[in-house]
Amino acid sequence: MTERQQFFALIMGGLIFLAIVELVRRRKLKEEYTWLWLLTGVIIFLLVIWYDFLRFVTFMIGARIETSALFIFGLLFLILINLWFSVKISSLQDRVKNLMQEIAIMKYKKTAKKKTKRRKGKK
Amino acid sequence: MKKRLIIIPAYNEEKNLGKVIKEIRKYDRKSDIAVVDDGSIDKTGLMAEKLGVILLSHKNNLGYGAALQTGFKFGVKRKYSFMLQMDADYQHKASFIPRFFKEIEKGKYDVIIGSRLLEKSGYKIPALRKAGMILFGKITSIIIGKRITDPTSGFRVVNRKVAKLHASDIYPTDFPDSDVIIMLNFAGAKIKEIPVTMRSSNKKKSMHGGFKPVYYIFKMFFSIFLTLFRRRERLYD
Repeated sequence: MTERQQFFALIMGGLIFLAIVELVRRRKLKEEYTWLWLLTGVIIFLLVIWYDFLRFVTFMIGARIETSALFIFGLLFLILINLWFSVKISSLQDRVKNLMQEIAIMKYKKTAKKKTKRRKGKK
Repeated sequence: MKKRLIIIPAYNEEKNLGKVIKEIRKYDRKSDIAVVDDGSIDKTGLMAEKLGVILLSHKNNLGYGAALQTGFKFGVKRKYSFMLQMDADYQHKASFIPRFFKEIEKGKYDVIIGSRLLEKSGYKIPALRKAGMILFGKITSIIIGKRITDPTSGFRVVNRKVAKLHASDIYPTDFPDSDVIIMLNFAGAKIKEIPVTMRSSNKKKSMHGGFKPVYYIFKMFFSIFLTLFRRRERLYD
C-alpha cells in the first residue's frame, strides 16, 4: 500500500468516525445503530496503521494484493449491514401492520359507541 | 346461538360491495358482516357505512392477507364462533354461505374450503393460474396426506380455534394460501373442501388476483419449505 493510499484510507476512516459522532449528537442516528459503523471506522484505521495485519489477512484469504482484501471486506460489510437492515425493516413492517389493525378495530369500537349513544339520546 | 362473522377484505370495491352485501343478506340474515377497507382510494369505506355493516378501515393499503387478519383479530376479540372469509369483487356466490356454516357447525371440521375444482363447473380459469392451482394443490395434498384441489380459494370458513391462529403473528399475511393449509394441518386442524362455483372476476386487477405470479410462485415454494421446519402450533392439546 502506497503512502497516498494509506493517507486516503486514514482520512476516510476519520471522516466516517466524525460523521457518526455528529449524527448521534444531533439525534439523527440512534446509538443502537452506531456500533457497527464505528467498528468499520476503527477497522479501517487499524488496517492502515497495522499494515502487517492487512498483509496477513490478504494471505489468509488468498488475495493477491492488499487493496483486494480491503475491497472484499468492504463488500462483505455492506452485504451484512443490508441484511441487518432488512431484518429491522421486516420487524418494523410487522409493528406498523399490527398498529394499523389495532387502530381499525378501535376506530370501529368508537364509532359503534357513538351510534349507541345517539340512539339512546333519541329515545 | 353461536355467533357468525363474514369477513370481506376490500380494496377499491365501491362498485361491487353493494351487490356483494345485498346478495349475502339474501341468503344469510344471521351473520354479522365486517368489511375491511384496506386503504381504498375510492368510496369503499363510505359504501360499507351506508350499507350498515361493520367497517374496519386501514389508513393505508396493507394487502389482502393483512386485511383478512384484521377481520380475524376483530372476530376473535368479539368472540365469534365461526368466521367466513369471502372476496369483495362479487366473484364468490353468497348462495353457498349457508352450506359453509352448516358444514362447520357440525363440529367435525375446523376449516371448510370452497373448491372450484372439486366438481366440474363452467367456471373459466386462466391456464397459468389453473396450472398453479393444480401444482400447489398437488404439493399441499402430498404434504398433508389429504386431497386438496383448490388451495388458492379465498372462500372459506373457520372456527374460533383456527381464527385465533389466523389472528396471531404466525399467520403469513402475503398470499396466505397453501402454506396456511399446511400449517393448519400440522396444528391438527381438520380440513374439508366443498364444491363451489364462482363468477369470473369482473375487475382486471382484483385484490387477490393482481399479484405478481413470479413472486407468488417463489413465495409459496419458500413458505411451504419453511413451514415444514418451523415449530408447530397445536390447536388441540
